[in-house]
Amino acid sequence: METVWMFVKAFVVGGLICCVGQALLMHTGLTSARILVLFVVAGVVLTALGVYKPLVDFAGAGATVPLTGFGYSLAMGAMEAVHKYGFFGAFTGGIQNTAAGVAAAILFGLLNALIFKPRAKP
Amino acid sequence: MRNHAGDKSYDQLVKEKTPGSPKLRGYIRAFWVGGVICSIGQALNFWADALQLTVITSPMFTAMVLVFVGTTLTGFGVYDRIGKYAGAGSIVPITGFANSMAASAMEFRREGLVLGLGSRLFTVAGPVLAYGITASILVGIIYWIVGRVI
Amino acid sequence: MGADRTLVFPNRPAIVSAASIAGPKEGQGPLGEKFDVVLEEDLLGQISWEMAESEMLRRTVELCCQKGGIAVANVQALLSGDLNNQIIASTFAARALGTPFLGLYGACSTFVEALILGAMLVDGGYRENAMAAACSHFCTAERQFRNPLELGTQRPPSAQWTATAAGAVLLARRDGAQVRVVNGTLGRVVDRKIRDANHMGAVMAPAVCDTICAHFAQTGTDAGDYDRVVTGDLGTIGRELLLELLRERGVDMPKEKLMDCGASLYYDWQDAHAGGSGAGCIAATTCARLLDEVREGAKQRLLLVGSGALLSWTSAQQGESIPGIAFAATLEGK
Repeated sequence: METVWMFVKAFVVGGLICCVGQALLMHTGLTSARILVLFVVAGVVLTALGVYKPLVDFAGAGATVPLTGFGYSLAMGAMEAVHKYGFFGAFTGGIQNTAAGVAAAILFGLLNALIFKPRAKP
Repeated sequence: MRNHAGDKSYDQLVKEKTPGSPKLRGYIRAFWVGGVICSIGQALNFWADALQLTVITSPMFTAMVLVFVGTTLTGFGVYDRIGKYAGAGSIVPITGFANSMAASAMEFRREGLVLGLGSRLFTVAGPVLAYGITASILVGIIYWIVGRVI
Repeated sequence: MGADRTLVFPNRPAIVSAASIAGPKEGQGPLGEKFDVVLEEDLLGQISWEMAESEMLRRTVELCCQKGGIAVANVQALLSGDLNNQIIASTFAARALGTPFLGLYGACSTFVEALILGAMLVDGGYRENAMAAACSHFCTAERQFRNPLELGTQRPPSAQWTATAAGAVLLARRDGAQVRVVNGTLGRVVDRKIRDANHMGAVMAPAVCDTICAHFAQTGTDAGDYDRVVTGDLGTIGRELLLELLRERGVDMPKEKLMDCGASLYYDWQDAHAGGSGAGCIAATTCARLLDEVREGAKQRLLLVGSGALLSWTSAQQGESIPGIAFAATLEGK
């Protein structure tokens, strides 16, 4: 039951965060690149303000999978590293905490471009 | 000389004649597709928990798997169709970030391995990382200062 | 209205032959049967979209020569352009063809610009013949102006679909019953401060209005003197805007007389939003359909208005608005 409830929370919160992006897409005509940048920075700021952590605790992947979650990882990493190692932790923590995802994106993006060719749309 | 003044009367006419995209449909599609991607992420989180990983946390594992799925669907020419249907529902999740890297790298592969593929991989990822990392460093420094003062 | 910008061609150069090639999506559209060739795939066996577009143009020019009964080597001037940076589809086609070449850039208005200039060369006796051509390719335009093909994003309803198509006409002085270029009106660059790169119809409509008004005033004609007024690629929304702008200027234009090539290139189910666009749109439509209608007498007098959105990635990124331009030419059957 607990598991099912977790999926429901992830679905609803994740869906709502995407709807915020959809509102920007339809009402402001922002490009997808700008939306992604905005979401990452928003994630960093909301985490710093202490707002995003409770959301992650509540919704799990519903809050970490959208790109605001990437900002959350960056900010959490930086703050935890500052807590542990002092000033220079601000420079190492963010990248360390997101290294797995970024490295995977670089590797898979690169391999993908070597294997596949873009296609014309029907 | 740049003229930023708009042409108000014409803007008005253009707005009048341009149909809006169906709003409710857009939200519903973004909601359910975004929700499904996050639910898959939640399932991956549970799986990672069961695997008892040590080097990386469960959300990191999930991010890696979703990035793989996003790039692969891009390669097979599926992700652009999902994006056309779902809009932000498939742009905002990390799979959308992976799609933006993979799509641009694929497209500019023809312009060479270094300045084509290599640099275009970061057309969207570059700004995302630049602003995200900078913001996180600033947050870390502010956190450090606040810790000193208090 | 400014200076007189209408040229009259006393020798009435004839359109000796015309050829059109279109992509698979265009081939499924309403004009599918009428194109000379419908491509089976978008890459034409080339290594890049740009070279595919160039190859499509080269084949169109060759086909036009063949239909006109002259060797490619005897073409005295090829006037052509496309949407690529430095019009590479045209220059590489001209490299392969080896004909004297005049490269033009008027975005989607290029075909009519080429038609007017070609008619001038022939009418003035400077050239015995001239080939006017233009082409566009969906995949080259997307990667240059918008997004990578595989990026998952949505297009707004005002977006248009760049046609994969090419058209070419051979102009010469000839006697007998031919479709003739009677006059042409040059365009001015008109900018009403549209910045939305997904709203080309709104960019071009004011330029088209400006050129149509100048043409009517300077030739002493009105919509009633033409069997049809054809615009290039305003799309469904741009067409509405043009009708409204003409109404504001007090120019009578019956709705049914105004045809837009972009709005007529795809069926609704093909999901091209506001319609087709691209330099190849009006070029291929003219060659595949309009000239036949003039020749067969269904529409004997036609005002062909090509319009272009002078969009550049650089200026758009720097925050400049998008200017538009339109050229008009009168085609007559008898």
